[in-house]
Amino acid sequence: MIELLDRQFFQLALLAALLVGLCAPAVGTFIVQRRLALLGDGIGHVALTGVALGFLTGTAPVLTAVLVAVAGAVAIELVRARGRTSGDVALALMFYGGIAGGVLLMGIAPGGSNSKLNSYLFGAIASVTEQDIWIIGALAVAVLAVVAIFGRELFVLCQDEEMARASGLPVRFLSLLIAVTAALTVVIAMRVVGLLLVSALMVIPVATSQQLTRGFRTTMLLAMLFGVIAAVGGLLASTASTRVPPGASIVLLALAGFVLALGVGKFVRRGRSQESTVTEPSTRAEEVV
Amino acid sequence: MHTLTETAFEMRDGRVTLDRRPILRGIDLTVSPGEVVAVMGANGSGKSTLVRALLGLTPLSGGQTLMYGTPPARFRDWWRIGYVPQRLSVGGGVPATVGEVVTSGRIARQSRLRRTSAADRAAVASALEAVRLSDRAHDPVQALSGGQQQRVLIARALAGEPDTYVMDEPTAGVDAATQQLLADTLARLVAGGKTIVLVAHELGPLEPLITRGVVVREGLVAHDGPPPRPEGDCARPGHEHVHPHAAEATAGPLRGWQGEA
Repeated sequence: MIELLDRQFFQLALLAALLVGLCAPAVGTFIVQRRLALLGDGIGHVALTGVALGFLTGTAPVLTAVLVAVAGAVAIELVRARGRTSGDVALALMFYGGIAGGVLLMGIAPGGSNSKLNSYLFGAIASVTEQDIWIIGALAVAVLAVVAIFGRELFVLCQDEEMARASGLPVRFLSLLIAVTAALTVVIAMRVVGLLLVSALMVIPVATSQQLTRGFRTTMLLAMLFGVIAAVGGLLASTASTRVPPGASIVLLALAGFVLALGVGKFVRRGRSQESTVTEPSTRAEEVV
Repeated sequence: MHTLTETAFEMRDGRVTLDRRPILRGIDLTVSPGEVVAVMGANGSGKSTLVRALLGLTPLSGGQTLMYGTPPARFRDWWRIGYVPQRLSVGGGVPATVGEVVTSGRIARQSRLRRTSAADRAAVASALEAVRLSDRAHDPVQALSGGQQQRVLIARALAGEPDTYVMDEPTAGVDAATQQLLADTLARLVAGGKTIVLVAHELGPLEPLITRGVVVREGLVAHDGPPPRPEGDCARPGHEHVHPHAAEATAGPLRGWQGEA
């Protein structure tokens, strides 16, 4: 293990896992609050076409993935904002197109192969290069800066869009901002857990955290902590055997944490509702249900 | 203190069409500072759409509306408006504390890079105090009863310290004690010279505060003047057109606006 930590690639992998563990749940908290838990999945599908475009054109796949994922996220947001019933189907079509386009382009790309495809679909943290880390690091700073600067407004938007409008917030801009930030997060997480599991790191730590918390801010901070534990812990666990892919161990660790929190949360809520019976007998019945 | 340009809302021939169905069919409504206007009408009369259109939340398909002399799309002084929606939207299950939701009422007064200030905190504390929820500030809003959530919404608007309050059915589905609390809170706002536009089925304890009643019927203003009272109102000449149906008319004019939750 010590020997492993010395190796440069492993240090890079750890750094990538740490950044993903911080960013994905931070953005995920807004996305879950906005009832868009599957947005990350959608962007992930579309991003595959971006990765393949990188191989086809000889550009860094991470960069082309950023461009295509952002374009996809903007398109998804525009369809969502129109709010038509057909939007649902339009989104589905985009997801299929993203995967099919990615597989097709990868097939005809000179450097493309099935194992390359798999490494983007399911993550290949061991192959993270120094260049990847610079890009991932820059994107992570951008994502965390958006959360820090616009967090207050995004909270109002995701809680109650109409209230955001009646407060004069730039609703369209903020909606696009959250979609684009989610796209950046998908690309950050792509190398670590893979495009098919990206959404898991945006959603599971938040679902875990909200079993235990009372407020939005604490939910986000705790989710970021859980995200880091899952990402770094899952990566370390995968070193036990070369046959354990880190993406899977990270997500399974996060899920185990969720199951644990579900049990603890029941306990916490029971205590809380007993506490509130003292002042407010009427609320108890609702909480028990 | 106020001049004519301080007119809170001015709608001229306001028309709204939703899914090709005309909801508002030409509304003229001017709300002056200090007025306490009750917008009333049967379900589907367009009264909720009217207040949403006043705020620009529902776009007009014809006519125009001004907020403090500016069309909603170009309006910038949103801190002057406190909107109380019909019910609390709790997001996708991520908890939020009562304090967090009430603090979000300050958003129109906060600049992007500035942290929450002492003035913000003081306004939030006094808003919570006004609706008697100070002791629940750290509880998740999801754990509150319907009446308590209504109080959170009112506190959120109070926290913004606006000049004009727009409330969509603040009394619907809340118990008598909450209605009385709301009436007391509004009385303090009225005494402070605030402007209030509220949608109501039933005025209840708010009735003495109302300076003007606007009755909407089939997308048009059917009555605009002193708030209709349950008794002597029917006797007033030229008023019978307000009654939506003969059956409801026998129960008194306000009956028609009640019980249609």
